[in-house]
Amino acid sequence: MDWRRFGFIALIIALLFGAVVLVGMSSESPILIIGSMMATTIAVATPLTLGALSGVFCERSGVVNIGIEGMMLAAAFFGWLGSIYMNTVFGFSMWPSLIVGVLSAILAGGMFALLHAVLSITYKVDQIIGGTVINILAVGVTGFLNRQLFFDKSSIFGGQVPHAPGVLPIIHLPIKEALEGLCGMFGNSPSCIITADAVGKIFDQKPIAIAAIVLVAVSHYVLFNTRWGLRTRAVGEHPKAADTVGINVVWMRYANVVIGGMLAGLGGAYFTLESVPQFQPLMTNGRGFISLAAMIFGNWTPVGAWAASLVFGASQALQINLQFFRTSIPPEWAFFQNSYAVGQIPYILTMIILTGIIGKTSAPAADGTAYDK
Amino acid sequence: MQKKDIRTVLKETLLAAKDAVLVPLLAVFTAIILGGVIIAAVGGNPFAAYSGLFEGAFGSVKALSETAVWASPYIFAGLAVSLAFKGGLFNIGAEGQLALGAVSSAWIGYALPGMLGFDLPIYIHLPLTVFAGLLFGLIWGAIPGALKAYTGAHEVINTIMMNYIALNMVSFLLNGPMKDKDPNNVIARTPQIAMSARIPVIFEGLRVHWGFILALVVAFMVWWLLWKTTLGFEIRTVGLNPEAAKYAGINVKRIMTLTMALSGMLAGLAGTIEVTALNYRHELGFSSGYGFDAIAIALLGKTHPFGVVIAAILFAAMRNGATRMQFLTQIPVDIISVIQALILLFVAADAIVRYIYRIRQSGDKVVLTRGWRG
Repeated sequence: MDWRRFGFIALIIALLFGAVVLVGMSSESPILIIGSMMATTIAVATPLTLGALSGVFCERSGVVNIGIEGMMLAAAFFGWLGSIYMNTVFGFSMWPSLIVGVLSAILAGGMFALLHAVLSITYKVDQIIGGTVINILAVGVTGFLNRQLFFDKSSIFGGQVPHAPGVLPIIHLPIKEALEGLCGMFGNSPSCIITADAVGKIFDQKPIAIAAIVLVAVSHYVLFNTRWGLRTRAVGEHPKAADTVGINVVWMRYANVVIGGMLAGLGGAYFTLESVPQFQPLMTNGRGFISLAAMIFGNWTPVGAWAASLVFGASQALQINLQFFRTSIPPEWAFFQNSYAVGQIPYILTMIILTGIIGKTSAPAADGTAYDK
Repeated sequence: MQKKDIRTVLKETLLAAKDAVLVPLLAVFTAIILGGVIIAAVGGNPFAAYSGLFEGAFGSVKALSETAVWASPYIFAGLAVSLAFKGGLFNIGAEGQLALGAVSSAWIGYALPGMLGFDLPIYIHLPLTVFAGLLFGLIWGAIPGALKAYTGAHEVINTIMMNYIALNMVSFLLNGPMKDKDPNNVIARTPQIAMSARIPVIFEGLRVHWGFILALVVAFMVWWLLWKTTLGFEIRTVGLNPEAAKYAGINVKRIMTLTMALSGMLAGLAGTIEVTALNYRHELGFSSGYGFDAIAIALLGKTHPFGVVIAAILFAAMRNGATRMQFLTQIPVDIISVIQALILLFVAADAIVRYIYRIRQSGDKVVLTRGWRG
């Protein structure tokens, strides 16, 4: 990551935050607005971050993975299915159900990734076509099972969507309380209290969102500081040379694609187990593809991919936060009230970023090519 | 050059035909068997399901007509994806191009007489309506094509992004400025297009329309373009090897942009046909899934225009017959999506099919897509 790209990311995020502050300033303190914007940004960037990390692992080992969208969708469905199955059929309470749900999502992501690995590594199928197969298969399988399980009277759920055990709750760290205590030492000034409140909001995140950030750090460490990472990068850059020094190219690629799939699976769990307690066909809505763009913009590095995911997260957070200020938006800002117009921002941003006008990126040299001994 | 023995020529032709047809056929066969296993696994009777499917697709004159109706947009969209593949480009954006083509056709179809203040004769209004769909499909294809050619931005992600942008735009238009003002209407849809903007049906009482014939003609035209014209030669050369094409003096950037523009135009035509010949309006969500179906059709048809026609009719038959199947056996129509995904899986991974049925690889492997750096 070079300064130009980080600068661009900071600029876009500042612009998006600034727009919300401008619109909401008359009814809410700017510090609180920025705090809640940051909190939403981190939360909604979760599936993008995990999708981008998934892409980093696959592509660093030399396998293009355009099937992240499908892996996420499948994981969202099977995670949801796992949790309500535990809840309604076995009668488990919320936490065990949700944990089983998350594990089934990770497993589903891993299984779809395994299929991608078989196609692209063993059968040497064109990797972009293979990924498209994953995407179409995921849409078909989740659509079919969704109908079969929840709308057919003879199914185990009796033809209706069962009551969900809820979503993963916010893990509250006592940041706000600690800061407020600190404010007390300086005479409890109102601006200090507000700042404490705003900062506290940022840290009030749900488990998968926290896991995503931890995984960014872990991925960075694994890729650049461990033997595994060195080998992964070697098979992605120059598989022949890696093979010559005794690295098992096929095994490294299989392992990394499946790890990537499990990361995408955790990203899929976000949709049905952390964001909303329900499944809808096609609910990933292009997030898997956007995370690929984030991966490219982050130059195939975990930290860069995370920063790029935050840009997309911020543009989504803009849409969400503007809902609160609907009534106070002045007529000349009517554009921001139109969710169709604001909803285009992530897609247009992706296209601008891909043109490379904000710095060229370079893919791993053997990315997308099957290895022939 | 040595003159070839007629028997050798015949043998080579047969071998080539076998290779082109056998693997897709076996892929379909394998997917249908696996689909049957899934149907049985959820407690259905696969034989009853498939006979219902067949009856619904081919069992009567009406069923045949409906299959042709389903096939028309599939042929155009499949041709769109195939043409891009021939030029070495992967157009995942057929869905957006199609939706935009449909909505612009609908607009010219219902609003033009009102704007002009007088009714137009069909021989002016209909071509204009179709042209609008072509034009917007073309623009929507040309943008990712040009971005790929001039900046290297990969068309796969850009066409997907433009799908979402198009669908967002279309839902804005259908919920707002273009919404049917009929007081009874609660759906996001346009008003009906004028009589003078409609493609007529072929037989009175059946829904099959001249758009189906047009689809067949266009398939022939695409074949002609690709193999009988200089432009087609250039498209195929760029598709096979852009570096070599550059050294041969072909303007690779122009050809890439043009290929995607033509591809988008064909996808736009798919949307236009649905509006002008079938629904007489555009309704939100009717086109969802066409983009992925088009990819499957193009790959099943081995990206050859005539193969696409056959694959499109097969997919149309499955979609059309599925309703009857669901009515008779309560197996949800969504099983068709699973079977189609399996077909695509086996077509894409032809090595699996070759392995199962012990077929040896003959001929060269075709390059379909390229990595991020093109």
